[in-house]
Amino acid sequence: MNAITEKLLGLISDFTGSFKGAYNIREDGSCAGRQSSENIVITPKTDKPGIDIHVAPGTAEETVYIPACVTHSDVEDLVYNDFYIGEGADVTIVAGCGVHADGEEAATHNGIHSFMIGKGAKVRYLERHIGIGEGTGKRIINPVTEAHLGEDSYMEMDTTQIEGVDSTDRRTSATLAARAHLVIREKLMTHGSQAAATDFVVNLSGEDCSADVVSRSVAKGTSRQVFRSQLSGNTRCSGHSECDAIIMDRASVSAIPELTANHLDAALIHEAAIGKIAGEQLIKLMTLGLSEQEAERKIIEGFLK
Amino acid sequence: MLELRNVSIDVEDHKAILKNVDLTIEDGKFVVITGPNGGGKSTLAKVIAGIMTPSKGQILLDGEDITALSVTERARRGITFAFQQPVRFKGLTVRDLLVLAAGEGTGEPGLRALLRDVGLCPKDYIEREINASLSGGEIKRIEIAMALARKTRITLFDEPEAGIDLWSFGNLIEVFGRLRGRREGTVIIISHQERILDIADELVVLAGGELRAKGAKEDILPELLQEGACSFCPEGARKGRDC
Repeated sequence: MNAITEKLLGLISDFTGSFKGAYNIREDGSCAGRQSSENIVITPKTDKPGIDIHVAPGTAEETVYIPACVTHSDVEDLVYNDFYIGEGADVTIVAGCGVHADGEEAATHNGIHSFMIGKGAKVRYLERHIGIGEGTGKRIINPVTEAHLGEDSYMEMDTTQIEGVDSTDRRTSATLAARAHLVIREKLMTHGSQAAATDFVVNLSGEDCSADVVSRSVAKGTSRQVFRSQLSGNTRCSGHSECDAIIMDRASVSAIPELTANHLDAALIHEAAIGKIAGEQLIKLMTLGLSEQEAERKIIEGFLK
Repeated sequence: MLELRNVSIDVEDHKAILKNVDLTIEDGKFVVITGPNGGGKSTLAKVIAGIMTPSKGQILLDGEDITALSVTERARRGITFAFQQPVRFKGLTVRDLLVLAAGEGTGEPGLRALLRDVGLCPKDYIEREINASLSGGEIKRIEIAMALARKTRITLFDEPEAGIDLWSFGNLIEVFGRLRGRREGTVIIISHQERILDIADELVVLAGGELRAKGAKEDILPELLQEGACSFCPEGARKGRDC
């Protein structure tokens, strides 16, 4: 693995020289390291780029790392990673992608992840995206996540993109069976002329399933963000989506919620708030001795924490 | 010593919120500013903290003219302001703000003691976000804890009793009683509450934007508490109302 990959791994998955347990490191479209564990088996696909990750039923509190790095310009990486989570397993998946542009051409990663989550399984999916490098080429990350939550399963998706990615188109869809519960927490910051589109589609199809989708974002400079969420309640269920955005400078943020209730007992709610940092928040922190710039930084840091 | 010299604030239609206020507050005093609603009390506190700028007049701290200094510069010189309506922050926790107020070097026991001092259980509150999930009374106590945490030479509280329920009010009085006993700095409280007025060294009466009276509590309070008209307030005198 090259030095840029090591640096990117540190940023996206707290890599400190090695991973414990199962992992697969993807570098510029190739494998830079792979290891399975007793309960988590990683195998390369034969029909297309990517891997299959099988987590054995009943696996208890294991972590698997599957970071992907693009280390230079003029790379367009496409990968399919499919997760099969056995019944009753409890697993943390640390994904994430770092792109480094060193030239005029774009550095692009398209990661397509699917999850088949077994009955009663619990998945914590952490995804951190970052762009670095001095090149003028665009740093582009387009993640696609498709999840099928089995009965009584739980999935928590924590996705963060704080800096350096010029363009992103993030698409997440999920279908929930009876009593499944989905939690999504998205944190996003754009600056300069960056663009970010987020699209969540959740089908609440099993009785008493529930979803809670919350996006917090900060748009600076002339950047543009579009947040879309579609929740469909097809049976007795509950769904909540929320978009909270701080807008600064000459940036633009759109929040486009769509709720569809196809059943009398589908309880769906959406909240959206877009606005600049409240003057009284700045003043409060200034009364504690912070300058206006320090106060602004603190408010954003807390908002995206 | 804090001095306000001939401080006035005019709003757009030239109506004065503060009219030529001259006020001197000696170091270490526990001063309560009172008066009818709309009399200019909160405005006066905001002028001292630098949140509002006077149309004319000067504010001096130990002889230094601080009129043109920003909120930050005044905070760094030792002026703390506790808001009447505390501000909520999505994402920032009670711990985050207490650390900002008390300083990075403050240890866990110190942070927890600040919450206990205002009657909040540290375990239940220290990691809570300062967002809409906190009740008015809870966030008010956190605001007071933050002000106490700074341990500055001048601490201003704008109606600390507002939003505090009857059951917690006794606890609040104890907090201010202890603060008065420590004599670690000047405390200025905007309040209508008799029990807060009662622990003051000095009372200042502000009505109609003008300073109506200033003096020892023993001299001012009996007049304020008398039934019917109060001579410090022209409105009260005319209409037979209390200040």
